[in-house]
Amino acid sequence: MWEYTDKVMDHFLNPRNAGEMDNPSAVGEVGSLACGDALRLFLKINDAGVIEDATFQTFGCASAIASSSALTELLKGKTVDEAKALTNKDIAAFLGGLPKEKMHCSVMGQEALDAALKNWRGEAAPAPAAEGTLVCKCFGVTEETIRRAIRENDLKTVEDVTSFTKAGGGCGDCIPDLERILAEERAAMARPAGEAPKMTNIQRMMLVTKVIEEEIRPALKKDGGNIELVDIEGATVKVALRGACVGCPSSQLTLKGLVEKRLQEAVDPDIRIEEVRS
Amino acid sequence: MKPVYLDNNATTQVAPEVLSAMLPFFSEQYGNPSSMHSFGGAVGAHLRRARAQVAKGLGCEPSEIVFTSCGTEGDNTAIRSALEAQPDKRHIVTTRVEHPAVLSLCKHLEDKGYEVTWLDVDSEGRLSLKDLEKSLRKDTAIVSIMAANNETGVLFPLEDIARIVKSHGALLHTDAVQAVGKIPLDMGRLPVDFLVLSGHKLHAPKGVGALYVRKGTLFRPFLIGGHQEGGRRAGTENTAAIVALGQAVELATAAMDEENTRVRALRDRLERGLLAAVPDSRINGGGAERLPNTLSIAFKYVEGEAILLLLDRFGICASSGSACTSGSLEPSHVLRAMGVPFTFAHGSIRFSLSRYTTDADIDLVLRELPPIIARLRQLSPFSGKEGEAAGFCSDHSH
Repeated sequence: MWEYTDKVMDHFLNPRNAGEMDNPSAVGEVGSLACGDALRLFLKINDAGVIEDATFQTFGCASAIASSSALTELLKGKTVDEAKALTNKDIAAFLGGLPKEKMHCSVMGQEALDAALKNWRGEAAPAPAAEGTLVCKCFGVTEETIRRAIRENDLKTVEDVTSFTKAGGGCGDCIPDLERILAEERAAMARPAGEAPKMTNIQRMMLVTKVIEEEIRPALKKDGGNIELVDIEGATVKVALRGACVGCPSSQLTLKGLVEKRLQEAVDPDIRIEEVRS
Repeated sequence: MKPVYLDNNATTQVAPEVLSAMLPFFSEQYGNPSSMHSFGGAVGAHLRRARAQVAKGLGCEPSEIVFTSCGTEGDNTAIRSALEAQPDKRHIVTTRVEHPAVLSLCKHLEDKGYEVTWLDVDSEGRLSLKDLEKSLRKDTAIVSIMAANNETGVLFPLEDIARIVKSHGALLHTDAVQAVGKIPLDMGRLPVDFLVLSGHKLHAPKGVGALYVRKGTLFRPFLIGGHQEGGRRAGTENTAAIVALGQAVELATAAMDEENTRVRALRDRLERGLLAAVPDSRINGGGAERLPNTLSIAFKYVEGEAILLLLDRFGICASSGSACTSGSLEPSHVLRAMGVPFTFAHGSIRFSLSRYTTDADIDLVLRELPPIIARLRQLSPFSGKEGEAAGFCSDHSH
């Protein structure tokens, strides 16, 4: 049996602000029946940008219901900007903590809040996520959600990532991806903010090669294209496009938007791509 | 608050007669049955009696009973023994709905290089005998098929299974932990080679079980050491628990008629009452033959853990096939193997009765459960009308 705090049990047995809202300013929806939990958050936001009221409907276990109730209590009276700063940790702390395996319930609260604020700003609803951006297909978890949970909760193992986001808790096919994402985030977290990773030239070259071989080339090959790494000089990476990419009108977009961006993320923000025509 | 205990497939209360039978072996009768003095030897007589009681319950000879520490030990011993005794046979047949004692072991053996055929079940939890027949090969060392499913109570037709398996020359093991004491099992008529039972599922304490090994079956012990249990299971006998097990099997055999009449009627009343009172509910395995004491019922649009915690407020003890209660994120492997829709699987509750269950217990559940479901459905964003379509996250590839 789970060891829930008295506060979790109180908010489960006596949920605050439960029910649908008439004429809400914003609605945020996450989860599904298939996922095993789902939350629909309703917000009433006044002209001054203050959340006057928050209500919820939740399908899920005791901690999902309690987390939803806690979220609405936390939101009432806050400005939109204050609400934006709210994390899943605030929800868990409000409840006096959640069992680690149930932390994903607090993350679901945060995601519903994000969705509601996007809805209020008039942005398109984030769900359903495109298949390609999903890391965990069983539970529909995106890379963005996973990276954020790792950073904000200082997660150290793949099991932690599963407890907090559910990713990897189904068929387990995405566990290698979770390992990679976790390693990247841990490496980024280990660096003082703003400081570029210190790499030797050899390390940088090897990492550039790896990212091109394992990520960029397979992506281009899907569309019949290909890429060749010609040379690396400091932060300048010289490549040649091959296959269908040659003469493709969007090849410059591919170079800047895909190749350069991905290498900047994975290796070094100073990286510049130079195309070599041959 | 007195518990209304409807979780007897998880564990059972120790019968008062069983408790009083075992107590002297913690105090004055503490001797070791292997000792060469009459103080210890006297305990040996009680072990022999317990062995005879268990043998009588199964319709076998006392020499065919090996006492163990639990059901899991029995399952591990039987399957590993069959493999070790037939090193040239590397194939195992089992089902997707076995208890983890068999399921996890077979997965482990698969990793070690054995080949495992996993038999599917249909939407009611039933096995296809044709699939079983097709799965059998010359190098099949053992077939392991449970007698009754712990989550749904669905019975597998052991006599038909045994006939097919024996005609192909493979060994047959059955995990009968949920079946012993609830349905008749006669080793004289049922040609299984290994059968496993567990004490705490039939009103004996935890920490004791028995493995039936048909006479003449090749056997390799799992625990190696002393000469106890005829060299088939080393380790000083847990005398108090073995005496208790003998007593419990005798009592269960005597109560089997009651189990199949009064207990079955209580279960049926609970089932009919809940189906009538709660819309969008269904029975898992309702179309199959089931144990008389088990009810697995699914409520759409609500989640099992929340139901259990609200039942707990009334002292009602049940269990759930939902993901959230176990710490795993997916519903039970049994419900998934049956293809129970996710909309129902997350809201599945198992009630398992015993001969100690009363009419008043059932009345309490029938009174308190329907409002609990209504309350949770009111909280839920899915209503009856839109529920099916209201999937916010992408389709699952389960």
